Amino acid sequence: MSKITTEDVYKSLEQVMDPEIPVLNVVELGMITSVSMTDNGAEVHMIPTFAACPAVTYIQKNIREKLEADLHISVTVIVDKHIAWESNRISPEAKEKLSAFGIAPPRKVVNGVSEELFVAVPCPHCGSTDTYLRAPFGSTLCRAIHFCKSCGQIFEHFKPLD
Amino acid sequence: MLNKALTDLLTKMADDELILGHRNSEWTGLGPVMEEDIAFSSMAQDKIGHAWALYNTLEEKQLITQSADMFAFCRPENEFKCSHLVELPNAGYDFSLMRHFLFDHAEAVRYESLQDSSFEPLRNLSKKVKGELKYHTLHANAWVLQLSKGGEESYDRMQTALNEIIGLAAGIFEPSKDYEDILIAEKVYPGEKALYTRWLESIYPVLVKASLNLPDVAALTPGYGGRQGKHTSYLAPLLKEMGEVFNLDVDASW
Repeated sequence: MSKITTEDVYKSLEQVMDPEIPVLNVVELGMITSVSMTDNGAEVHMIPTFAACPAVTYIQKNIREKLEADLHISVTVIVDKHIAWESNRISPEAKEKLSAFGIAPPRKVVNGVSEELFVAVPCPHCGSTDTYLRAPFGSTLCRAIHFCKSCGQIFEHFKPLD
Repeated sequence: MLNKALTDLLTKMADDELILGHRNSEWTGLGPVMEEDIAFSSMAQDKIGHAWALYNTLEEKQLITQSADMFAFCRPENEFKCSHLVELPNAGYDFSLMRHFLFDHAEAVRYESLQDSSFEPLRNLSKKVKGELKYHTLHANAWVLQLSKGGEESYDRMQTALNEIIGLAAGIFEPSKDYEDILIAEKVYPGEKALYTRWLESIYPVLVKASLNLPDVAALTPGYGGRQGKHTSYLAPLLKEMGEVFNLDVDASW
């Protein structure tokens, strides 16, 4: 049997989806901070998007089970307290997937989150920017609610976070 | 001595967030519009998440002997360190919104200051929380502005709520008699007095935009007592309700 590498671990992690946004995996969401191989398996460090994210222990469990099933190694998943998640960690490909899923992706945060990042957010349904922020809170902690005046639909927006 | 001071600081912060988180959650299903129902429920979740992180820090750093859950739900009332502001029932939406505005600005300046804390767990947590709190203050500011410009009755209600709550909100910044000096000297945080000044600087521009009059703060009687374990009559029934299921069987495994 060939030696299992961190690359194998990452490949497997790409199959672990976020329970609230099932089209995105934990790697492209920027939730994985490091992977290292140990004598008896792998150690995965991860961070939650929001401090009160109720899915953290569920995701930890999913990661462990997926890696154990794919790679037959023992896996420890540790929540990393030294790194805070920010929306710039989401990969460009993931942002496209979000949009296709019907959630407007967060724009790149440059000098901290400001009100401008909530103005004229492109509608994921019709692409119009004739939209407005309806509420900074939505169906999950990471989403805000907007309204598109062009197509008359409510849509969700993955919040920028710094 | 420093450990006791840290325990006191983390406990009062966590208790404020736990109790206000619970009060916020009481709007679930009852908000004046659906978006506000969701907003207060989301903020409740955030607040309880922050409280959970603080209680866990107390446990991990062995500043308390019991588990974080036991500490959060099984202390007698006089060991709670929350401020009177967070204990009061929600009353109307005007009261709740103004409390949310004054409290979240206080939280924002507190966590901002903790980014330079000498106590690493608070420094790490502050980085996580500050981005989330931006949404709380954004939400509060937007509604304070909208409602203050929403006609005479609406304006009067916002001003009345501000007049009623400002003294209680000043009570958030009750300095600890025993621990304030050491926490400042050890650079854990800048102290309640400094935070109070920063808080006033933070709320003032929003109140000006809303044409609301900040009452004379020099003449206020701050709602002190909570940090010493002396509470309003509203806390005891709230704690009983919050712990009702948990206390049925404290050893149950969930």
